[in-house]
Amino acid sequence: MYQTNYVKAASTEDAVGHLAKGGQLLAGGMTLIPTMKQRLASPETVVDLAGCGLAGIEDAGDSIRIGAMTRHVDVAESALVQNAIPALAALAGGIGDRQVRNRGTIGGSVANNDPSACYPAAVLGLGGTVHTSTRDIAADDFFTGMFETALDEDEMITAVSFPKVAKAAYVKFPNPASRYAMVGVFVAAGDGHVRVAVTGASSDGVFRHDGMESALSANFDAAALDGASVDVDDMIGDIHAAPDYRAHLVVEMTKRAVAAC
Amino acid sequence: MTKVNITLNGKAVSADVPDNTLLVSFIRDTMALTGTHVGCDTSQCGACIVHLDGESVKSCTMLAVSAEGAEVTTIEGIGSAESLHPMQQAFHENHGLQCGYCTPGMVMSAIELVGKNPNPSDKDIREGLEGNICRCTGYHNIVKSVQAGAQMMGD
Ligand SMILES: Cc1cc2nc3c(=O)[nH]c(=O)nc-3n(C[C@H](O)[C@H](O)[C@H](O)COP(=O)(O)OP(=O)(O)OC[C@H]3O[C@@H](n4cnc5c(N)ncnc54)[C@H](O)[C@@H]3O)c2cc1C
Ligand code: FES
Ligand code: FES
Repeated sequence: MYQTNYVKAASTEDAVGHLAKGGQLLAGGMTLIPTMKQRLASPETVVDLAGCGLAGIEDAGDSIRIGAMTRHVDVAESALVQNAIPALAALAGGIGDRQVRNRGTIGGSVANNDPSACYPAAVLGLGGTVHTSTRDIAADDFFTGMFETALDEDEMITAVSFPKVAKAAYVKFPNPASRYAMVGVFVAAGDGHVRVAVTGASSDGVFRHDGMESALSANFDAAALDGASVDVDDMIGDIHAAPDYRAHLVVEMTKRAVAAC
Repeated sequence: MTKVNITLNGKAVSADVPDNTLLVSFIRDTMALTGTHVGCDTSQCGACIVHLDGESVKSCTMLAVSAEGAEVTTIEGIGSAESLHPMQQAFHENHGLQCGYCTPGMVMSAIELVGKNPNPSDKDIREGLEGNICRCTGYHNIVKSVQAGAQMMGD
């Protein structure tokens, strides 16, 4: 690991100040530290967000607001989330392993936009809002490509809000070693429209599938997806799954998510 | 360099270390407690698991400076050769190890698991040990050990 300087930010403003000077934010470190160990990242300054007071879960009426530094374990075990959006609590409880959940945060996961990460599917599937140090960004505008987001260089996530919906479920086909999604699908049904967000599958990162959304909006039943297909050219191919297998899994995981709603 | 002050196995310790020092290096190299192991560089194997303020974490995936002020417990802090922790005793009695490399992490992970869920089912244990990889045992006796350990911890 390369040399680095550690600072602990006292507030969001303080953290943004360091960010503007080229610092790299450190949340749970579950992605950043392994990346630094492998020398794929060599930040001159690491800015720890643990002291910024960004952890916590609030009931905001028709939505739930989760602070950026809230750990996966706290979302999974929150009675509020379990009651209002059980699919979200279950998703958080299925990330990695217990030790990853004891450190990893929602802000780090959403900011990183790993193409195999779980949270981006929930943010996009539920049509959530990403709150940052300067503005609110709708989920549909936030994820802009693999490891890419709409965040500016000196902008950080402070919280993420999720609307409470009537029905939702997340089903993933986990990589057997890491538990990351080889394919994961979040389905949410609220006021007549169904959203389907797919992670783990596309080289552009998390995406919505219009065809399956229309089919399910007309008939919310797994059978409505019998003829559905996914463009194989967009799919990731690696040692774990070839593109055509991933394309197959996308439809299959969506069917299972609908059945689980 | 930053001065790191933590409580390690009940004792206050401090040392000046480079900011990029991992918690596991602080424990093994600075504090010379080598029961905590390193088995991978991808944060997947769990050989390095310790307790940070009572919760299990992978000490290879955290900076020592981030642990400032915390209570850290390692495998050395839960029992002694003369008087094993019930979970260690259970691994011993149930042949829950072969080479033993993964064992410190398994035991630390299992203690937290049982603390949260005193009567874990087979499935709870297998899911709860998702973050621990063992390349020897095939896991069967580890699950048995954790079940026995849970019982002994309850008694
Ligand atoms: C073994 C293992 C298994 C895993 N399995 C899964 C899985 O199944 N599903 C899954 O979704 N994830 C998985 N993860 C990833 C895990 O969820 C991470 O916690 C997450 O991706 C990153 O969150 P973090 O808090 O650890 O962020 P960090 O690693 O601290 O940071 C990640 C990136 O985000 C930036 N960042 C952090 N916070 C903010 C913020 N508030 N605003 C802007 N930028 C910020 C950092 O600068 C960094 O670039 C796994 C990780 C490991 C090690
Ligand atoms: S050494 Fe920490 S997870 Fe492998
Ligand atoms: S006993 Fe050898 S790795 Fe588990």
